[in-house]
Order: sequence, then structure tokens, then C-alpha cells
Amino acid sequence: MTGGYGAADILHDCTIGVEKGQIAVVVGPNGAGKSTAMKAVFGMLPLRSGQVIFNGEDVTQLKPEDRVLRGMSFVPQNQNVFTSMSVEENLEMGAFIRTDDITDSLNQVYDLFPVLKEKRKQPAGQLSGGQRQQVAVGRALMTQPKVLMLDEPTAGVSPIVMDELFDRIIEIARMGVAILMVEQNAKQALEIADKGFVLVQGHNKFTNSGKALLANQEVRRAFLGG
Amino acid sequence: MTDLLNAIVLLSNFLIIPGLSYGSQLALGALGVTLVYGVLRFSNFGHGETMSFGAMVTILTTWGLQSIGVSIHPLPTALIAIPVGIIVTIFFTLLIDQTVYKYHRTRKANPVTFLIVSIGVMFFMGGLIRFIIGPGDQIFFDGTRFILKAKEFKELTGLDEGLSLKMTQGVTIITAIIIVAGLFWFLNHTRTGKSMRAYSDNENLALLSGINPRKVVLVTWILVATLATIAGTLYGLDKSFKPFVYMQLLLPIFASAIVGGVGNPVGAIVGGYVIAFSELIMTFAYKKVVLYLAPEGTTVDSLIQLLGTNYKIAVSFIILVIVLIIRPTGIFQGKTL
Ligand SMILES: Nc1ncnc2c1ncn2[C@@H]1O[C@H](COP(=O)(O)OP(=O)(O)OP(=O)(O)O)[C@@H](O)[C@H]1O
Ligand SMILES: [Mg+2]
Repeated sequence: MTGGYGAADILHDCTIGVEKGQIAVVVGPNGAGKSTAMKAVFGMLPLRSGQVIFNGEDVTQLKPEDRVLRGMSFVPQNQNVFTSMSVEENLEMGAFIRTDDITDSLNQVYDLFPVLKEKRKQPAGQLSGGQRQQVAVGRALMTQPKVLMLDEPTAGVSPIVMDELFDRIIEIARMGVAILMVEQNAKQALEIADKGFVLVQGHNKFTNSGKALLANQEVRRAFLGG
Repeated sequence: MTDLLNAIVLLSNFLIIPGLSYGSQLALGALGVTLVYGVLRFSNFGHGETMSFGAMVTILTTWGLQSIGVSIHPLPTALIAIPVGIIVTIFFTLLIDQTVYKYHRTRKANPVTFLIVSIGVMFFMGGLIRFIIGPGDQIFFDGTRFILKAKEFKELTGLDEGLSLKMTQGVTIITAIIIVAGLFWFLNHTRTGKSMRAYSDNENLALLSGINPRKVVLVTWILVATLATIAGTLYGLDKSFKPFVYMQLLLPIFASAIVGGVGNPVGAIVGGYVIAFSELIMTFAYKKVVLYLAPEGTTVDSLIQLLGTNYKIAVSFIILVIVLIIRPTGIFQGKTL
């Protein structure tokens, strides 16, 4: 993918992707274009060249809503919950495009994140950072996506909550959902990743399995603090 | 004891009942302003004229009904003409949206552009209304004038002061309660209503969830036109319909919405009553009340009136300025439905 917000390109021939049931992690310094790459995959940014393939189909021209219908779901980095709405309403809105009964998905999310069931009547804006991220992920799961895209799901949460969230993400992947996520906590994220992408200034600097990237001296020195 | 009762009746008659009625009209008007602000994100100066337009269509329909002898005595005929007013106003509002606002929406114009455009719409609609119905006063009220007459009340209770409840006041308060309850039920319990709140809260995330922005905008205008027609008709019934009045009503309506927290429906309602009661409290002559409550033989020379009724409009302006200085977000934090 090549493209950006205006005249200048942010992404330069950048490639990211994930396979069914796997976890792919995108890491890189601040401003590398990680969020931009995610938005581009989701159709929130026009591409100057390149394409987005989903399930063998070229979806480059589809609007985000239509990608949701195909089975893609996205949790943005910022403002990823409806703060004035209750937890349950957030989840209902996640399932907005569905016309069938959503009770099963609702229970599934509550099983995954029991604290949300407890707080289901509370406005999402009143929850702690970690709980908010759970609402955000839960909302994205309500469409029963085939691929779940997460932009820094552990931003601003404590290490304990972070481990907890990573466990849940692994659980979601085990259910057969492909997970493409951007992570600031590169080390922990690459440990659970089947595949890793290191982005620098909109370019793919390294692409390999999570393990191989962790073992790579250059990657360790530049991005993982030794 | 009777003096105290007389004082209470006096206050109810001249302050509380008129305040509830005027407050309900402002609240309904402010709800329309707040919906536009919460969803379309601009201050709609055309709202007063939308109220006027709705009232005008309702009046024309009322005259039509009256001429063929339809009546729901003792209730005013206008009540059965309102649905026609609502439907025509919805179509007119959607026409304006498609021909004027849509262009700026697709270009993602900033709120100030929208505001200025809405002022243009205001002048256009005002002209159109005066062209159709004329600039003069129109009285379209029929039915029984009073639910409770002051004289009857006096005979009933033996008090010196009378309590009267005009039909229009009763109709206004009851209609407002029904409409507000219906609106809140819609916003909090229906799928479409919730999607409107979601869109108002976080447009980007609403799009990601597959909420159709065109539908949200459409439903918003439908609600706004409905509220405006009802508010405009109730005001016209109560005070007589005069096209120029609705432009002046904009100030107290915006003050209500802003004082409550613009974008917040609960705030719009509370704001409506705050403004209405402030206007009345500041301009009410307390002389008689004081005379009832003061010890026998007291004489009072002045009217004990804080402000002349001519300064009514200044009250909402002053409250607006104070709120903007002390608590710019309003009583309830505004911005989202
Ligand atoms: N909406 C926008 N309009 C214009 N430029 C933007 C926009 N969002 C981001 N940029 C620019 O694009 C570049 C990449 O930003 P991006 O948010 O993709 O980085 P990132 O890798 O996600 O960083 P972070 O780790 O801070 O989240 C930056 O130079 C940024 O200034
Ligand atoms: Mg980012």
C-alpha cells in the first residue's frame, strides 16, 4: 500500500497482513505510520497504489461499512468507545449491521470480559482505561468478524491488565479470528505473534515470524531496548 | 392563613402556571436546536422560522377544517391539524437539507459556515412565511377558553384571589410531557434512536460500526421538524401567531439550549424552564404578594418589580452571558445526545 492523508505519502509500498487463526503484530517507532497502515487496510484512507485483499477478494474500493459486512472489524487507537453510552449499548452498536439475534455474541463477550457484564449499565466513559479497552474490543467482536484489527489495545493500561488483555486476544485468535494488531509493547506482543512487521517511516523494515524478530540482533537493539 | 393561601394562589396564577406553559414551549424549541447541534453539529438559526413554518401550515389546515365544520370542541381544532403541519414541515425541512445543507455536509464545511448558511435559510423562510400568510397577527384558537376560570375558583374556595388555567396552557403542558417522554423513549430504547446517540457521541466509530450517516441525518430532521411544528403551534395558540415573533423567540430558545448544555436533551428541557421562570420572576410585580404576607396595615408604594416587562428578553440574554462565563458547557455537560 502507498498513500497518505494529503499530498505527501505516509506509507511507502508497505505490506501488512494476517492469516486465519493467527496473530500478526505491527511494531515501530512513534509516527512510523502504523495507525495509518491500519486505517488504509480498513478503507479509511484512499490508497494511491496497492491493494487490500480479504478472503481472496479485492476490497480496495469498498467503504469501511462494506468491509464490516464482509467480516472485518477495527478498534481504532483513540476514541474507540461511545463514552456517553452504557457498556451494553456500546456492544449493541457494535452489532448494528446485524439483523439476527445478538444474545449469543453478547454472552460470548461477557464470558470473555466478565467485568463488562457487571458494569453493563454504566456509561463507558466512566470506566477505567483497561475496562474501556475491553469494551472497545468487545464492540468490535459483536459483528462476529473474521479479522479483528486492533490499534494499540494495551495503550495506557497497567502491566497486569496488559497481560490479561493479551491472554484474551490469544483466546479470540483460538476461536479462529485472525488478529492484526499494532503494539507499543513490542516485546510482549512479538512473543505471542505468529508474524511480525517492523515499520519505519512507512516502509517495511523487517518482516518475519514473531520469534525470529525477537531473536534478530538488529531488531532487538533498535526497537526492543537490547 | 387565608392570606398565605391567597399569596400562593396569586403566585400560581401569574407565575407558576404561565412559567410551566412558556417553559414547555421553550423546552420543545430548545430540543430541536439541541438535536441539530448534537447530530449535525451546528447552531441552527433557522429553527425559529421552522417553528413558524410548522405553525403556519397548521393554521392554514385549521382554517380549512373549520370551514368544513370539523371541530373537537372543547379542544382547539388546531390539535387535529398539527399532523398535517408536521408532515408538510418535514418535507420542507428535508428539501432545505437536500438543496442547501447537504452540499456543505459533503464538503465537510466547518460549523461557522453552517451557522451562516442557517441564517440565510432563516431569512428565506421568514420571507416565504410572510409571503404566504402575511405579516399580521393570526388568531386560530377555538374551543373552550378556560379549563378553570378564576371566578369559579374563587366561588369554590372562597379566596380573594382566583386561579385560572387556560385551555392553551393545559394543552401545552400535557403535549410537552407526552412529546418529551416519547422522544426520550425513542432515543434510549429504539435501535434508530441509539444509533443517533452513537453518531452524536463519536461519528467515526459510528461509521466503523456500520451506522448509516444519511439515515441518522434524515431521522434527525424528521424529529426536528416535528418538534418545531408542535412548539410553534403551541406558542401560537397561547399567544397568537405573528411571524416576526418567532425570530425574537430564537434568543430565549438558544439561551435554554446553552444554559442546559447544548447537545444534551435533558439540558434543553431544564434550560427551557430555567429561562422561562427567570423571565417571569424578574419581571413579576410582587406588590400584592407582599401585601398578603406582610403584617396588617403595611403600605407599599412601589410595584416591587425587579425589571419592567419590556426587559423580558434581556433576562435570557443576561443568563446566557453569565452561564457562558461561569460554566460554558451548561448545567449538564453538553455535546452528545
Ligand atoms: N489525520 C491525519 N492527517 C494528516 N497527517 C496525519 C494524520 N494522522 C497521522 N498523520 C501523520 O502521519 C504520520 C504517521 O502517523 P501514524 O499515526 O500512522 O503513526 P503511528 O505509527 O501510529 O504512531 P503512534 O505510535 O504514535 O501511534 C505522522 O507523521 C503523522 O503526523
Ligand atoms: Mg498509532
